[in-house]
Amino acid sequence: METYYKPQDLNKFEEIGKEAPELARKFFDYYSAVFTEGELTEREKALIALAVAHAIQCPYCIDAYTQTCLEKGSDPGEMTEAIHVATAIRGGASLVHGIQMRNVNEKLSM
Amino acid sequence: MYTKPSKKIAEQDDKASGRIEPFKAALLRHDLKLVRYRTQTLQVNTGLLCNQSCKHCHLCAGPNRTENMGKEIINQVISYAERSRFDTVDITGGAPELNPYITDLIEGLSDKAPRIIFRSNLSALNDGTRDFLMDLLKSRKIVIFASFPSLNEIQTASQRGVGIFSVSIDALRKLNALGYGQSGSGLELNLVSNPAGAFLPPPQSQTEKRFRQVLKKKQGVFFNQQFSFANVPLGRFHKWLIKSGNYESYMKKLANAFNPCAIDSVMCRTLVSVSWDGYLYDCDFNLARGLDMGGRPVHISQMAGPPEQGVPIVTADHCYTCTAGSGFT
Repeated sequence: METYYKPQDLNKFEEIGKEAPELARKFFDYYSAVFTEGELTEREKALIALAVAHAIQCPYCIDAYTQTCLEKGSDPGEMTEAIHVATAIRGGASLVHGIQMRNVNEKLSM
Repeated sequence: MYTKPSKKIAEQDDKASGRIEPFKAALLRHDLKLVRYRTQTLQVNTGLLCNQSCKHCHLCAGPNRTENMGKEIINQVISYAERSRFDTVDITGGAPELNPYITDLIEGLSDKAPRIIFRSNLSALNDGTRDFLMDLLKSRKIVIFASFPSLNEIQTASQRGVGIFSVSIDALRKLNALGYGQSGSGLELNLVSNPAGAFLPPPQSQTEKRFRQVLKKKQGVFFNQQFSFANVPLGRFHKWLIKSGNYESYMKKLANAFNPCAIDSVMCRTLVSVSWDGYLYDCDFNLARGLDMGGRPVHISQMAGPPEQGVPIVTADHCYTCTAGSGFT
């Protein structure tokens, strides 16, 4: 069955550089630098990436960072908690906009 | 004279490795030769009997296995160690605790090499009947390498069985109480972790730091060093890889991680492995595959001393495990 998302496309990511190689090089250099150990460990950064992948609902990123998290030594319990953090922020972001609703309501209502 | 059994533990051949470059071809492409250096370590595989049936076991060890080193071979191993003067003797299994002659082996070997290693899955050592063995290991200052796959109970259970995590923690606490893993005691306790699935292990330095912090904080457990090793696609792990549809991608992962620099320090250059029936192999993985050292069956009773330097190591595609990333020593 045809689908927009194909798992094998993840391995073709670098092909994005064929049309604009200089921009791709800058992006991938930056990407690589971001995930190098700094104040945060590579394991911690992979957990953040996994949480963000779920927030933006990117199946490529979920596939890649599930594997990376495991290979950096995280366990499914930690990975699930990371996803709950993303979920809480996403849910909280919706809910906090309820204050706007309340503000508008207060202005319009008697 | 011994008749070597023809049955291999791991029946697969390299035709099933999928579309990866054969290991031998990878060596050729990098102009590398894998030959033996001075053999420093004698690894003694006491048998396949084990109280656990771990999913990652390259030897398919388990409670129903009957292959166990007998008294005659134990004596031959001790005598081989005496005439060969290895730096290290490394006792493994199966679960070596379950060999009926294990105390004879430890006592016989303890003055034959400066460093004696005992590999334990912890649950066999802590089954309630083997405090005498812990005391013997302590009195002979035997180095313990303990299997401890994960800080997570569910991951541990999925690889090694339900309840193993808590038994292992209890065993580590007992060993700590004996002085193992405590600074200044001279009793070395190292942890060995294998990934709980078809993925490569984390960088060792980061994992050791995390294991040390978490085990101290949550469990009050101390150790000296932690080692992370990739799972070898042989035996029960191979079967699981095939069944779960992960085999080809796992082999590709290993092959893609091939590090030519790791070739210099792979363990087979400096180790000889003796099986429960006394035959010699370049490593415990070749033992599992039935790949004889030097390409022909050689019995320990025929050896005058350590294997000669410069002899080629027998290789196959499972060797990618030891050359992935920083290697497997």
